[in-house]
Amino acid sequence: MSNDPGIPGAAAPACPLPLPHHDRIVLGHGGGGRLTAELIERLFRPRLGNPTLDAGDDAALLELREPLPAGARLALTTDAHIVRPLFFPGGDIGRLAICGTVNDLAMVGARPLGLAAAFVIEEGLDTALLARVADSMRDAAAEAGVAVVAGDTKVAERGNVDGLYIATAAVGVVPPGRDCRAAGARPGDAVIVSGSLGEHGLAVLAARGDLALRTTIVSDVAPLNGLVEALFAAGVDVRALRDPTRGGLAAALNEIAARSGVGLTLDEAAIPVRPEVAAACEMLGFDPLHLPNEGKLVAFVPERQAATALAALRAHPLGAGAVVIGRVEDGPRARVLLRTTIGGTRIVDVPAGELLPRIC
Amino acid sequence: MCLGVPAKVLEIRRSDEPCMGTVDFGGVQREICLDWVPDVREGDYVLIHVGFAISVIDETEARETLRLLAELGEAGRAEDAARGGPLSPPGAPA
Amino acid sequence: MKHVTEFRDPRLVHTALSELHRVVTRPHVIMEVCGGQTHAIVRSGLDQLLPAGIELVHGPGCPVCVTPLATLDQALAIARRPEVIFTSYGDMLRVPGSDGDLFGVRAAGGDVRVVYSPLDAVEIARKNPDREVVFFAIGFETTAPANAMSVLMARRRGLRNYSLLVSQMCVPGAMRAILASPGNRVQAFLAAGHVCAVMGWREYVPIAAEYRVPIVVTGFEPLDLVHGILMAVRQLETGRAEVENAYPRAVSERGNEGAQGVVREVFQTGDHAWRGIGVIPDSGLYLREEWRAYDAATRFDVGHLQTAEPAICIAGEILQGRRRPTDCPAFGDPCTPDRPLGATMVSPEGACHAYHRYGRVREAIP
Repeated sequence: MSNDPGIPGAAAPACPLPLPHHDRIVLGHGGGGRLTAELIERLFRPRLGNPTLDAGDDAALLELREPLPAGARLALTTDAHIVRPLFFPGGDIGRLAICGTVNDLAMVGARPLGLAAAFVIEEGLDTALLARVADSMRDAAAEAGVAVVAGDTKVAERGNVDGLYIATAAVGVVPPGRDCRAAGARPGDAVIVSGSLGEHGLAVLAARGDLALRTTIVSDVAPLNGLVEALFAAGVDVRALRDPTRGGLAAALNEIAARSGVGLTLDEAAIPVRPEVAAACEMLGFDPLHLPNEGKLVAFVPERQAATALAALRAHPLGAGAVVIGRVEDGPRARVLLRTTIGGTRIVDVPAGELLPRIC
Repeated sequence: MCLGVPAKVLEIRRSDEPCMGTVDFGGVQREICLDWVPDVREGDYVLIHVGFAISVIDETEARETLRLLAELGEAGRAEDAARGGPLSPPGAPA
Repeated sequence: MKHVTEFRDPRLVHTALSELHRVVTRPHVIMEVCGGQTHAIVRSGLDQLLPAGIELVHGPGCPVCVTPLATLDQALAIARRPEVIFTSYGDMLRVPGSDGDLFGVRAAGGDVRVVYSPLDAVEIARKNPDREVVFFAIGFETTAPANAMSVLMARRRGLRNYSLLVSQMCVPGAMRAILASPGNRVQAFLAAGHVCAVMGWREYVPIAAEYRVPIVVTGFEPLDLVHGILMAVRQLETGRAEVENAYPRAVSERGNEGAQGVVREVFQTGDHAWRGIGVIPDSGLYLREEWRAYDAATRFDVGHLQTAEPAICIAGEILQGRRRPTDCPAFGDPCTPDRPLGATMVSPEGACHAYHRYGRVREAIP
């Protein structure tokens, strides 16, 4: 279990104990009785409370202020969040939970209506740490313009959970006229990434401490719904969107190529990677295209709209580094090719699974 | 067998047993054993492999290698001119 | 990245390639010894830019590929023991033994940990005095000094709970075995640059003379590789057979004598079995008698285990440069990186794996 914040020198929380008599979560906090009520009232409500959540019903009631327009669709997504350490440079499990879920909705063009979060807490977890997670979720939710409208808490016996797991679900509305799906890429489309790659993956790996690296890399975890709205607002016909999380850009592009039945070619020289990320990858034998990102998107747009798309992305703080990295070609289907900086060509394959440092 | 990268030596702690130091590679820093490069100085670059420095990068040789290869271009172009046209390999940049 | 970026400069790479195209007049077969070089070549697509007459064959310098199956099975047996913390370089975790791999052992409850350096394994031993810490000491001459140093450190710190499962191999013996085998097609070698950073290049001089093959010490960046190939081709075109150094910024004639000293103190040379190839004389390192207490195979008495390789696998032929991955009837189906039948498909440095991951592009380009 990691009570440790994971950041050297991280300040201890300055606020008084969130729960007056408990500096650690006990099994009773998941029992559904007084302790649970206290946990919700004293820890969660002050941080995540809103009228819907505070109503305290078994399910959140979301009122539609106006009927859904014809052709609109509902989007529903769910995510489970497990990360070690719980706090890492640039974020924490709470921020990851909010942003990851909001981003899933954004990748189908959906505007979030509400988010639900279930907490599975290990007996013995430091209460102040849980409060910090909730603070972070509040901040991330505010950034995304979304509310946590439903929640649940369970406590598992010590040793049965690694500190804290958060599972989320969210519902959103896709306005009519938006149709971006994994199967939407077409020959001739431009492939655009919103910024540099690999930062979340490396920040978390470095924070684990096993590799004894010191870096200034921070996770890029951020909510992308504003960035996506900017793209649509500019009138771009967004064909496909994906946030390259697990498996990195390589997995995301291979997925889209397969589902769309197209081939892509990327330009290695155009793929943005921060020097420090590139350096750490060189040292450990990682491929930056395999590292997870939590605040970036890849967009497929018609070639003639590439410039418009770039301008819209770059005008937004989260898209300042947006670049075209490749094209959907007429080439072999479901293949992602990379033209290397020296003019060779190779395949970008899906990573096997766990990222392992190599000596070879 | 051979994943090694050239890193800049920032700090040497000769009193450590074995001699350890801090190196920087592209902004990433790590503690590395410097026992096998006893003449290394701060600011030198060392080739690091699995946490050890296995040689000191010879800056003069590095420059010389690049110069040599760049000059191939000159000699090659002179020959091409004499022959009446280049033979360029596939995929060469325009 | 200083000393890296300059050696990836596309213009310089193409200058060197142009020169290569200019000097080549007939076909040549060159072997790059090191798996890291194979990986770099296929990843950059450099092999696609060479003159048609130059054939690069991939050598056995991939410790993951050539570690004997029996050693892997020993590793799995040791890692399954409840008192053991089994530490390893990442490369070995996915390699299948006769019955599972280290990942599977971890899933079943074994304490298997990946480390970047053997010093990290020693630190784990220091922090866990009540557990047995075993380090999977694989590698070639580049890694031998680090593996040896870990044992020296363990003794210095008075740690009794640290041991090595050793599978150390040396390159020159393998080169000789390849050159001496009937049907050998290799005419020149690109010697492994980082092995030579440790060992120097003197030990290749008698090989070059005896077999009349050029041997060029070569680095790993695209420019280094083209430079090494160019020097080898120049020798082949003019009938020379010498040892040359195309990686002088990192490699000197004598190598790193401090590192060599550490290896000599802890290890001694002996015959070694190479997976897919067989026993090669004087090609392996073993712990000396006085260090035998740190030998995990002895300590855990996992002795000789029965092993069996799939008959269809031609990894041995590939490792010696006699066949290509695409010659194998099992290549791509059923043998893939996810379901490897043999050594060269398991490791990313293995020729089969590199071809499968990067080289499928050959069918892809119309």
